[in-house]
Amino acid sequence: MKQFSELISAIEITNKTNAKIDALVHYFGTAPDKDKLWLIALFTGKRPKRPVKTTLMKEWCMELTNIPEWLFLESYSTVGDLGETLALLLPKPTHHLDLSLNEWMMELKALNSKSDEAKKAFVLEAWTGLDQQERLIFNKLIGGSFRIGVSKKTLVNALAKLTGIDANQLMHSIIGHWEVETMSFEALINGSHINYDNSKPYPFCLAYALEKDLEELGEPNEWMVEQKWDGIRGQIVKRNNEIYIWSRGEELVTKQFPELVEAISNFQDDFVIDGEILAMKDNDVLLFNDLQKRLNRKHVTKKLLQDVPVGFKAYDILELNGDDIRAIPFEKRLQRLETIFKSVTLPKILQLSFIVEFNEWKELHAIRENSRAINSEGLMLKQKKSPYHTGRKKGDWWKWKVDPLTIDAVMIYAQKGSGRRSSKYTDYTFAVKKDDGLVTVAKAYSGLTDKEITEISRWVNQNAIEKFGPVRTVKPELVFEIAFEGIALSNRHKSGVALRFPRIARWRKDKPVDDIDTIESVKQLITVP
Amino acid sequence: MSKESQLIKFTKKGIYCPQGKFYLDPWYPVDYAIISHGHADHARWGMKRYLCTDDSKAILQHRLGADIKVESIPYHKTLTINGVKVSFHPAGHVIGSAQIRLEYKGYVVVFSGDYKTQPDFITTPFEPVTCHTFITESTFGLPIYNWQSEDRLREQLHSWVTANQANNRTSVFFGYSLGKAQRLMSLLDGCDEIYVHRAIHNLNEAITNSGIQLPKTKLWSADLDKKTLQNKIIIAPPALLGSRMLKRVPNAAKALCSGWMQIRGNRRWQAVDAGFVVSDHADWNGLISAVKATEAEQVYVTHGSQAVFSKYLNEIGIQAKELKTEYGDEALAAAESETEKLESK
Repeated sequence: MKQFSELISAIEITNKTNAKIDALVHYFGTAPDKDKLWLIALFTGKRPKRPVKTTLMKEWCMELTNIPEWLFLESYSTVGDLGETLALLLPKPTHHLDLSLNEWMMELKALNSKSDEAKKAFVLEAWTGLDQQERLIFNKLIGGSFRIGVSKKTLVNALAKLTGIDANQLMHSIIGHWEVETMSFEALINGSHINYDNSKPYPFCLAYALEKDLEELGEPNEWMVEQKWDGIRGQIVKRNNEIYIWSRGEELVTKQFPELVEAISNFQDDFVIDGEILAMKDNDVLLFNDLQKRLNRKHVTKKLLQDVPVGFKAYDILELNGDDIRAIPFEKRLQRLETIFKSVTLPKILQLSFIVEFNEWKELHAIRENSRAINSEGLMLKQKKSPYHTGRKKGDWWKWKVDPLTIDAVMIYAQKGSGRRSSKYTDYTFAVKKDDGLVTVAKAYSGLTDKEITEISRWVNQNAIEKFGPVRTVKPELVFEIAFEGIALSNRHKSGVALRFPRIARWRKDKPVDDIDTIESVKQLITVP
Repeated sequence: MSKESQLIKFTKKGIYCPQGKFYLDPWYPVDYAIISHGHADHARWGMKRYLCTDDSKAILQHRLGADIKVESIPYHKTLTINGVKVSFHPAGHVIGSAQIRLEYKGYVVVFSGDYKTQPDFITTPFEPVTCHTFITESTFGLPIYNWQSEDRLREQLHSWVTANQANNRTSVFFGYSLGKAQRLMSLLDGCDEIYVHRAIHNLNEAITNSGIQLPKTKLWSADLDKKTLQNKIIIAPPALLGSRMLKRVPNAAKALCSGWMQIRGNRRWQAVDAGFVVSDHADWNGLISAVKATEAEQVYVTHGSQAVFSKYLNEIGIQAKELKTEYGDEALAAAESETEKLESK
């Protein structure tokens, strides 16, 4: 496992994608075949069943180290990761076990059917025979999840660099059906188990934010305008009775949206269409927060399908019955798309993206302002004659998002982050005035620089009211401008409002606490559609 | 008045000895300050008189000005001040660092300052001192902090430098100029040529002038040819991270060196190439063994994890209380580092 351990160390210390890729390429160039396959499996979420419960591991560690539970929890809240906490608390190793990654994985798999006593003996033997970093990895192998900043995309790019095979094809290969036991590395990357010709996506065409006046774009009748929906951009590929859904991150997400696959299977034609995957109920687009519940699930349960139904709003068509039609003008492509959508009784969840009717530029301002009411992020402006570009090109497509809403609020709780952020107070809770006191309105994690976070962490250390556990109550003193995309009345929140995508716009060192918003002034931001 | 309170009183200006009429590492200007070691949160400006160890004297003069009024005595020698017997005992933290022992009418208080129980190659090793009342630091007062041996650490640092050299990279280590820098020098001695930043260089000069031997180093100055530095070792204060001077280092591999590096999140916080666990403070077991060795009836826990550590001590049957002080202040350490940056210009 030494090689794997070194790879993890190399990857986790750097924030440069290229350095991560180099470390992965080195590993793939030198590790045994099965170890390479395990790496791919683990990093793409193909994790085996957890053989040992975390509560048992915690118990055994406390027993071994003679540490009371409160002290264990205190350590855990400082470290921010259970596997790492265990690795740090355990006594120094007494011997060294030298097993390959594959051997460890096979041992862990065999452990599933054993008694708790046998599991304990195995885990304790491993703990005393591994150094700190290997021990951490062993604990992670039991849990099966590695969150160390390697995305599927990074992994695929490393494989592409090593082999020269197209990255999207590799993505399909590693996501497809395969098992470590019955696969070889060679066969996996060559995609012997998949048919890439059927799944191959196109690079997405992306837009820049509008940076000039609308009038400078030219004649309004040369442009088409649509809502900028806020879901996951997706490409649906239907070829030879096979259906694939690719996300903009170039990941295959087909299995996460079975209802879309079913809806698409109604069509006779083959095509590749571009659009937005959205949480939708009775034709209304729901918040992105709702859609999030559907993402990155290993199993999509019936209940989840019912609770958060998804739909697809189609923007564009790139391929029709085998022909690449990206070069023909946008308005012509839209006509083809319409024709196809009219060719079948369209299930409700598949829709054409709504085209905004307008004659003069100035009409768009009011429409954009209203976006929030229909859960759209703003408008997209597309030149009627534009081809479907590869990647981000300036000129033909523009996004014109609504400005965020903002309030001034005071920090009342701070909590340490996880992973890279586990050493600092990075997660904050904010409040506004209500009557004579304060009421929580939002939690926010992003928007500050590392330097500001360091400064705030130091302040929290000096101004914390409690000393135990992960959450620090602080003196209400630091004022921040909080930006968010939307606001709605809510029964689930004590304040009576729910903010959408709150983040920190800036630290208002200039503002005293007395000048923050009141809950009444916050509620006034709610627009009734 | 209890025997303890004749010897120590916790005041706004710092820990005060009523009988002796002096303060221990005070954070506001006072008439007479006894100083445990030269770090900025312990040895502050503005005291009318200072008393420290012989080994600390040059450091204090270098940092606080040659014109300060400072007396010094060697470790273990007793000086009687207003009837209080005062002596210094090695703390193993940085060069010259000491625990301060006070004795009056048979009652003994020991103030630990900052300390490290594990021996290294550069500081006078820590010596436990039995007492009635022990005031201890608790910087790394959680059981997740366990240091490895100095030999193992040396091995790690050397193999990192060797690996960097194989890739044509220059190894840059970051650590405060007092303490960490000399410790790194001793750990890296014999590996390759070591260049040190001017702030460290000047402090080293003050130390060697006072008769203490240090490993050989060269000055890392801005006008050095790039080729000269290539594949060599540089030691610099943390404030230099992201500086223009650092950007001129050919193909720099950067390593942070601190006890906080024990946790992955801390290693990953700043964009560096490595994080080594090199601490000048006691680890968890070090703290516990030090407290036990004093056989103290009463323990006061200062800067660090004081809440956790004092709760734990009480659970294992040692009477302990938290004590709020202004030591271990990160802001001050940062300010110290900023000063180092300015000195370099």
